[in-house]
Amino acid sequence: MNGPFDFALALGDDALIAAQRLGDWTSRAPEMEEDVALTNIALDQLGAARLLLTYAGELEGAGRDEDALAYLRDDREFRNCLLVELPNGDFAVTVAKLFFLSAYQLPLYAALAGCGDERLAAIGAKARKESAYHLDHASLWVRRLGDGTAESHRRMQAAVDQVWPYVHELFAPFPGAPVDPTTLRAAFDAAVDPVLAEATLARPADGWAPAGGRDGLHTEHLSYLLTEMQVLHRAHPGAQW
Amino acid sequence: MAAVVDPEIRVITIDELGILRAVDEDPATGRVTVTITPTYTGCPAMDVIRADIRRALSAAGHPDAEVRTVYSPAWSTDWISETGRAKLADAGIAPPDTVRAGQVVPLTLAVRCPRCGSPETEQISRFGSTACKALWRCRSCSEPFDHLKAL
Repeated sequence: MNGPFDFALALGDDALIAAQRLGDWTSRAPEMEEDVALTNIALDQLGAARLLLTYAGELEGAGRDEDALAYLRDDREFRNCLLVELPNGDFAVTVAKLFFLSAYQLPLYAALAGCGDERLAAIGAKARKESAYHLDHASLWVRRLGDGTAESHRRMQAAVDQVWPYVHELFAPFPGAPVDPTTLRAAFDAAVDPVLAEATLARPADGWAPAGGRDGLHTEHLSYLLTEMQVLHRAHPGAQW
Repeated sequence: MAAVVDPEIRVITIDELGILRAVDEDPATGRVTVTITPTYTGCPAMDVIRADIRRALSAAGHPDAEVRTVYSPAWSTDWISETGRAKLADAGIAPPDTVRAGQVVPLTLAVRCPRCGSPETEQISRFGSTACKALWRCRSCSEPFDHLKAL
C-alpha cells in the first residue's frame, strides 16, 4: 500500500462500495423523499468512484479502465475501508454509516483540492461540494432520530455504537498518499461531536478498531456485495446498455 | 452549438447552464473541440449531452468534432446566466441563490415561489427529480416546485 495509485484506488473503492450499498435503498426507503435522497447520494458516490477509478487505471498504466477495476477484481484486491461494506442494517445504521463517511470524505476531498496532484485536486474540489450536502443530510437524520422518540433514540444510539469502531481505520497513515489521513481526524471530530451532542447521543469510547480494508483484508460482507455487483459484467464481458 | 439544450431541463441551453466551457477550432485542420463540465460528478445526462453536441456539430459540418470533459474548475450555480435564470423561473423552477466564493455549505435562504413570487415557501425534500434540484412548496399558492440547489 503506497503511492498515488493505491490512494486513488482506495478512495474510488470507498465511493463505489458506498454507492452500491446506498443503491440498495432505492424503492425501499422509509419514505419517498428519503428514497430520492439516498439514491441521489448513491449517484454522487458513483460519480466520484468513476473519476477516481479511471484515474487509478491511468496511474497504474496496465490498461485497466473503470469497468475493469470495478467489475473484474476479487475481494482481496479491493482497497475500500470496512465501514462502507458493512450491511445497511436498519435505517439508523445506514444513517450512522453515511454520517461518518461524509464527515470523513468532506475534509478529505477539501484537502485533496489543495494537493499537488492536478487530477486529484480537480476531483476533490468537485466532490467536496457534494460531500457537504451528504453530511448535512445525514446530520439532520442523526439529530431527528437521536432527539426523537425513545425508540428512535435507542436505535440511533445502537447504530452509532455498532459502527463507531470502523471509523478509526479511516484515519490510519497512508504511505505515499498526497493527503495524510491522520490530519483529517480533527475536522471529523469537529463535525461529528456537536451533532451527537445535539442529538442527545453518547459518543462511544474508543476501543476495538478493526482495520485491514486498505490492505485487501475485508469482512465477509464484501464478497456477497461484489458477487451481486459483478455478476452481469462477468457473465457478459463488455456488456453495454 | 449554443442551441443544445440540457436533456433534463429542456428550457435551458448548455451555454446558459454554464456547463459549456469552451469551443475551439484548430486553425490548421478546422477540427472543433468542445469542452464541457458536469454539474454533479454522477450526472447521468452527460452521455446524452455529449451525443447532442456531436450531432449538432455534425449537422453544422463538423463530423469529426471532439467533446472534452473537464472537472476543474468545478461547476457552480453562479455560472448560470441571467437569461438562464429567467428561463428556469418561467419554467416553474426556482433559480439558485448566489454562492459566495469559497463557501461550501450553501445557506438556506428563502426561496421565492416561481409561480406567485411569494417568499412563504418550505422545503419538502432536500433531493429532487435530478441531482441538481430539491423539491419545495409555496405556502401562499400551494404550488409544489423544483428549486435548483445553490452549489
